[in-house]
Amino acid sequence: MHALLLILAMSAGTVLLRFLPFRLFRDPERRPAVITYLGHVLPPAAIGMLCVYCVRNIDLAGHSHGIPEIAACLLVAALQWKWHNALLSILAGTAFYMGIIQRIF
Amino acid sequence: MNLRLNRRTLDLAFIKTVPVMAGYIVLGMGFGILLSGKGYGPFWAFLMSTMIYAGSMQYVGVGLIAGGASLLSTFLTTLIVNARHLFYSISMIDLYSDAGRKKPYMIFALTDETYSLLCDGQVPEDTDPQTYRFLVSLLNQIYWILGSVAGSFLGAVLPFDTTGIDFSMTALFVATFVEQWTAQKDHLSALTGVTASVLSLCLFGPDRFLIPAMLMITAALLLVNFVRERRDR
Repeated sequence: MHALLLILAMSAGTVLLRFLPFRLFRDPERRPAVITYLGHVLPPAAIGMLCVYCVRNIDLAGHSHGIPEIAACLLVAALQWKWHNALLSILAGTAFYMGIIQRIF
Repeated sequence: MNLRLNRRTLDLAFIKTVPVMAGYIVLGMGFGILLSGKGYGPFWAFLMSTMIYAGSMQYVGVGLIAGGASLLSTFLTTLIVNARHLFYSISMIDLYSDAGRKKPYMIFALTDETYSLLCDGQVPEDTDPQTYRFLVSLLNQIYWILGSVAGSFLGAVLPFDTTGIDFSMTALFVATFVEQWTAQKDHLSALTGVTASVLSLCLFGPDRFLIPAMLMITAALLLVNFVRERRDR
């Protein structure tokens, strides 16, 4: 069953990444200061990278010029900025996006 | 296994996870619908959400499974898409150090959302901190499994067009980014993440920009640290 093997591979890769730092840097005395620093500053950068990852396939010269994605992202950002309610921002943004790509683009 | 479980700890953990519950059920359903659209039903959704439990990777995984990707490329893709978990784990080493027998599961279940709930290290009074963190982690995974299984049942019968529902993942990250931005004074790290990623995307294209982006981000942040240390000395 090929699908099952792929799921096992994804599981193994994910587990490896999550456990590795705990194994390598268990002892705070022997942990390089730079690892502690990176643990502190990497998360916001990683989230920024993930945002870019999500919109990586937009073709600005293509059929819709990326307008649905850009508009929906701006809506999510504005709602989150104003209300700080992640659920509201995600639901409203997704509904808006589905509406415009199904009806307009 | 003695978890020192009591009603109060469970209630407090539940309250903490309500925002994630909502998000995970929506995102999990989006994943389940997507997966069932490729011909893989509830059993597969359950299996993936139990064994992988990484939202964005599972979305990517739908494409890999449907496209019949090779074992090696699937494993390597997982390392790339999930590499950020190294960062999360690094910042939780001290916090989880005395979690005992709960620790392996807590490490396994350290998703973006669980991390964002627990990374500040705060726990309510009169609760055993590690039991509380364990319950937050477990509740989140339960929501994720429920959402994805429900989605794959629904996917088969949904009367409306679900095109575009995968935008919920983009929305989650945009919302998290804005939330972190407003919570922090120093935006250098967030800006570095976006700038390096866009630069890498332009240079290497959509299929291979993640690894160069991560290298650039790490290099830039190390450089910042070096310059600041020199200046402060």
